[in-house]
Order: sequence, then structure tokens, then C-alpha cells
Amino acid sequence: MSIPMALFIVCGALSIFGAIGLILAKEPVHSALSLILVMVALAVLYLLLGAAFIAAIQILVYAGAIMVLFVFVIMLLNAGEEVRTNLSRLARWVGLPLGIFFLAEMGYLLFHEYAGRTANAGTATGPVVASTTDLSMKLFTEYVLPFELTSILILIAVLGAMVLARKESQ
Amino acid sequence: MEFVSQHPILVVSVIKIAIALFVVMTALAYLTWFERKVVARIQSRWGPYWVGPHGLLQPLADGIKFLFKEDVVPSSADRITYVLAPFLALALALTTLALIPIGPATISILGQKTQLVIAHSNIALILLFAISSLGIYGVALAGWSSNSKYPLMGGLRSSAQMISYEVSLTLSVVGVLLLAGSFDFYDIVGSQSGHWFHFIPKWQIIPQFFGFLCYLTAAIAETNRIPFDLPEAETELVAGFHTEYSSFKFAMFFMAEYANMITVSCLATLLFLGGWLSPFPDGWRWQLYLPAAGLILGGLALIIGGVKSWQWNAKVVFPVLGIICLGAGALCTLPGLLPVIQGPFWFMAKVFLLLFFYVWLRGTLPRFRYDQLMSFGWKFLLPLSLANLVVTSIVVMFVGARG
Repeated sequence: MSIPMALFIVCGALSIFGAIGLILAKEPVHSALSLILVMVALAVLYLLLGAAFIAAIQILVYAGAIMVLFVFVIMLLNAGEEVRTNLSRLARWVGLPLGIFFLAEMGYLLFHEYAGRTANAGTATGPVVASTTDLSMKLFTEYVLPFELTSILILIAVLGAMVLARKESQ
Repeated sequence: MEFVSQHPILVVSVIKIAIALFVVMTALAYLTWFERKVVARIQSRWGPYWVGPHGLLQPLADGIKFLFKEDVVPSSADRITYVLAPFLALALALTTLALIPIGPATISILGQKTQLVIAHSNIALILLFAISSLGIYGVALAGWSSNSKYPLMGGLRSSAQMISYEVSLTLSVVGVLLLAGSFDFYDIVGSQSGHWFHFIPKWQIIPQFFGFLCYLTAAIAETNRIPFDLPEAETELVAGFHTEYSSFKFAMFFMAEYANMITVSCLATLLFLGGWLSPFPDGWRWQLYLPAAGLILGGLALIIGGVKSWQWNAKVVFPVLGIICLGAGALCTLPGLLPVIQGPFWFMAKVFLLLFFYVWLRGTLPRFRYDQLMSFGWKFLLPLSLANLVVTSIVVMFVGARG
């Protein structure tokens, strides 16, 4: 077994393990930790695909910034264990069948639609290494409108948070 | 042996990791000794003195003491997270060091040509920030999992502080990236070669002086050191996030803090101080013998100091160390080693100066108040680094990267 293959299996297993842990953990901090595990394992998978920049950004932004805020808020509120309510029981009866349905759909697609291609995609041709320059050229020429729109959206969100958090002036 | 011949890169990496780990661990241990000595000097004390000559064995004694202390886990602590936190802190702090190159030369291990860095990547800087941004979890989780008031406060403070200052830290570096045009440390250092007027080195600290100031300040805050050590302010929070930690788990936080110190100093050296480049023009041949001269002078000083000392163990140990230094100095004049040793010599000299600056600050400045810390970060440091970024961008746009 080659080293990339071993890494793929380990990180794939870790991300699935983390995803299951995220749902099953009762303690919010444990859920957050599981999510971080998923993100880091996914970053390694991106790295194996040759997208080193995306992998680094995945860790820097998602695991390093957004999840830190999650953990911070959980700690600040000192949130205890989850409480079961009627709604969460509903989620079990509706969510479980839906989840199984999506899983079956994904499995069907993977095994029937892409069965022929998986054998020689990626590994045979070798991963395409996306350079940071290519990525930023695409981002700031072809996709500049969605990019700027996203930043305006984030700006509005920041302003909204400030308006909500500001004390009433008397 | 078959595996070795099949995966030469893997084997060479493992060898490099082993050497680097040994060097870094020793450096960590003696950084604590160095810090105590310098702070003691500032406060007109002697510092560690009795364990070995001039307290040279103090780090070893401390390590053994930590190993043999009782390892207490609070009964109400969240066990998995409590144990995970110090491992996370130390592992991430040490991982970042893998990306730091210490010299331009290529050496050969087991017939493999290799560079003086464990992991060479063309986006090394982003990777380094990515890994170090995860370091917050060590502190935050330690604070949360202890299930106690003071650690929780410390963990909260450190999360807030590290998030705040990480923004300025990252922004302060972007100016350098714009001028160098690369994330690769080799390119960044390469862009700083040459001299203005034949004697002023073209280091980034001159065009990016405000960036350097922002970086230095934010880096101190990121490593939770005085004057920004609010997460462990002992007058307010007992010991902050590591109050409930004992034995080697506490030592791991301690080591992580010092490893982070070394990392940010290395990064400052690479980005702003010309990395492994010598400050003198290339034409000056005598500078090649500076490492050897330094070692020989140091060795002589050790021998003389040792003979004059009144401590009996210093009389033995110092001359022996001095003779080792003399031998190393003589080795450095060998024509084969001469070019290889230059890069690491200047790199380590600069890192050492920055570390000294850190310790100096610790001995001099009082701690910030929490609201001062936050307003300083958001209202002064962030606008300053943003302004620096804007000005640099405009200059790069109109003049070009290497003006």
C-alpha cells in the first residue's frame, strides 16, 4: 500500500468518525471538537488531491477561526449537556429515515454512475497541483462579483451584530 | 533496508526530525535557564546558581522534578479533553517548527541531497499560520475541561486575546508578502538579498518597519507573554488556564509556550530580518570566519571564567565546554563547512537577539489591564497594520515590488 493511500484511508476514517461523534456527543464542546477533527482530516484529503492552498485555508479559516469562535461561545455560555425535547424526538423519527435515504442515494450514485471512472481518476493521471497564483487569478477576474458580494454580505452581518450588541443610548 | 531504499525522502525526513527535535528540546530547556538568568540580572539577583555551575543543570533538574510529581486529574474534569489539551498545545507548537528553514545550503544525508528544513512547501507561511492558529485549542480546552472558575476565565481570556491579535499578526505580514511576491520562505528571504548604497541590507524591516512593529507586538500577545499574559495573570486568576494542571502536563504547556516563542522569533527573522542573510556586503571575505571567531572567543572566555571561578564544579565544567567550543570553532574554518555554516549562524544569531528582546520585555514591562489589551489590539494595532497594508499595496502598484 502506498503512503498516500494509507493517509487517505486513515483520514477518511477519521473524518467519518468525527462526523458521527459530532452528532452523537452530548457535550457541546465534544461536538465542536469532533467537527474540528472532520475539518482537519478533510484538509489532509485536499492536500492529497494536490490542493495545498485550499487545505491550508481550510485549517486556517474553518478550524482555526470559525471553530475557535464556536468553542469560545460554548465556553462563555458554559453550556451544559444537551436536553432532549419534543423537537429532538421529532428529529429522530423524521431525520433518521431521511438520513438513511440520502446515504442510499449517495451509495447508488457512487457505485452505479461513477463506477467506471473511479478506477483511473486522480491516481492514474496524478493530482493537479493548483498554484496560489492560478487560484487568485480566477478569484479576482472570473469570480470577482460573487467574491465581492460575499464580502458585502459578511460586512452586513458584522454591522447587524454591532447594531444588536450596542447598548441603547438614553 | 529495502524500505529505506524505496522511500529515501521518508528516511531523510525522519533523520532531520530527530535532529531538529533534539536541538529544539535542548533549546527549549535552556531558554528557560536563559530567561531566568536575564530576568535575574535585570532585577539585580543571581538567578539559578547552585544546580551545576551557574545553574546550568537547572533545566534538567526541573524536567526530572516535573516527571516525578504526582499527576492529578480533578475528579470533576472532563477527562478526555483535559488530557488532550496539553498534547495539542505542545504538538502543534512543535509542528510549526518543521516549516522553518534555517539556511540556504543543501546538505546530503545518506546520499540524499536535502535542504536545511524538514518540510519545504511553496505555501509554507500559510501552512505555518494554519497550524499555529489551532494552538488556541490547547489553551481554551485546558481552561474549559478543568471545570473550575479560574481556568475557565483564563481560557476565555486567551481565546478572545488570541483571536483579536491573530488578525493583526496576519495582516502585518501581508506587506512583506506583497513585496516578496511569494509564500515560500526561500523566496521571501531571497527577495531581501542585496544592499542599498552597498552597506544597508535590503531587509524587509526597513520598508516594512510598521509591519515589523505590529508583528512583534501581536506575536508577544499570541504567545501569551508579558505584558500580554492575561490568560495566566497570577494576581487575578491564580495561574489561569493551567491552574489545575500538575506534573508533566503542566510542563507541556510550559514547553509549548517556549516553542511558540521560538517559532515567532524564527518567523520574524525570516520575514523581516533577512533570514540567514549576512548583514555585511558579499564582498567582505572576513565575515565568513565570524562564526569560527565567535566560537573561539566564547571558548576562551569560558576557559578563563572557569579557571577564575570559585565553584569547584565550574572549574571543571567550564574549561571542558570551552575546549569543545574551541574545537567547534576550528571545525568551522574548514573549507568544506565554511559555506554551510554561514546561513544557520546568522539565522540563529538573529533569532537569539529576538529571544533576548522577549526576555528583556518580560523583565521590564508591567502587565496590561484586560480592557487596555482589547482596545490596544482593536483600536491601535489593527488600524496600524491595515494602514501599513494599504500604503504598501499602493507603493507596490505604482513602483513595483522591488523598488
